[in-house]
Parts: sequence; structure tokens; C-alpha cells
Amino acid sequence: MRITLMSLFVADQAAALEFYTRTLGFVKKTDVPMGEFSWLTVVSPEDPDGTELVLEPDQHPAARAFQTALVADGIPFTSFAVDSVATEHERLSALGVVFTQPPLSMGPVTTAVFDDTCGNLIQIAGGP
Amino acid sequence: MDDDPALYRALSDATRRLILDELAGRDRQTLFELCARLAGRHGITSTRQAISQHLDVLADAGLIRTERSGRYRFLSLDTTPLRRISARWPAPEEGPP
Repeated sequence: MRITLMSLFVADQAAALEFYTRTLGFVKKTDVPMGEFSWLTVVSPEDPDGTELVLEPDQHPAARAFQTALVADGIPFTSFAVDSVATEHERLSALGVVFTQPPLSMGPVTTAVFDDTCGNLIQIAGGP
Repeated sequence: MDDDPALYRALSDATRRLILDELAGRDRQTLFELCARLAGRHGITSTRQAISQHLDVLADAGLIRTERSGRYRFLSLDTTPLRRISARWPAPEEGPP
């Protein structure tokens, strides 16, 4: 058994694709129209054959309630690995990304949390 | 009769005092950040729910303010109630250095 996909609920797939590619720097892997929505995935350019992130429409009312509750308490839905949290914090802030938690050093790992503008908070973790 | 039970109760717990320490270190923290600091720096692995209950006690004493900003909730320290302690038992005046 292998983990090949990981799903994230997003409010708007087009806006999410824009944010996850242009701002974060991931690349589109699959975009298959399925009625009103698409089967839409992105991957890291550093690992194009690695785990795909599915940008899934948040159509179920419970999905939004769940997201709202997590965001209110600053809880990230998932976490991505970066070489330097400070560097990414600076780069993304310059692009207008809002951080709910600036870089926080906890021994060997530094973390920060930002708003993906699609309904989720995302943690980045790595070196200082 | 104790005339300020909420304040002294709030200060009577070690975890709650560490919460105040961490908020003194940085204002406007989410619950997630506060829990991460407590776990990462102090080895406190209480659930978020348990930390929330501590926060309720601190808020009852007026030591914590919760600010809604858009979709987020941020926690800040308010040390104003601590003045009542020094007013009740004043410390000796410090002379000029």
C-alpha cells in the first residue's frame, strides 16, 4: 500500500490552482473536467512523481463548517516541508500571503502557518 | 473571605502560569501556536481541549483577551488585573539606582 494522493477542500478550484501553482510554486499534474468541477491535482516540482495534492471542491456543508472551526483556532489542515521556514515566510509574505503564526523555532524544527486563501491554514516545517 | 477568587485561582496552576509566560513572549497567538509552544518548549502535551479550559479560567480572571480578526481568533495577555495584587500588598519602593 502506498500513499499517492492527499486531498484538500478548496472553495474555488480555479483560485486554488492559481494559489498553489503561482504563489506556492507547485505544478499542475492532472486536470480532468468532471461536470461542474475537475479532478485537479498538483505536485511539487522537486518531486513530480511523488504524492499528488488533490484540490477538491468544498461542496459538502460539513466541509466548510470543519474548515471554519480549524481556521478559527489556527490549526493547519496539513504541513509541507521546506528547506528554510524563514526564507519561505519572507518570500510568501512579500507575495501578500497572510501568516497566522510567524516562524517559531522548536529545537530541531521551525514551523510557520499561513492562510491558503481557499479555506485552509497550511503549516510549513523545516530548517530555520 | 477572599475578595478576588477568580484571579488567585487563575494563577494557582503551573500550566496556566506557563500560558501567561508564552503570551508575554508574543502577543496575538492562535490556540494552535500556543499549544505548539507549550508542547515544544515546556513538554506540556495536554490536549487542546484541556488548554482551552485553562484559557477559560484565565479569561474569567481577565488575564487573557480573545480578539477575532477575520476568520481567526487570537489570544493576548492582559496584565491589568495583576495591579490588584501589588495594590493589596505593595512592594517596597525602589530607591534611585
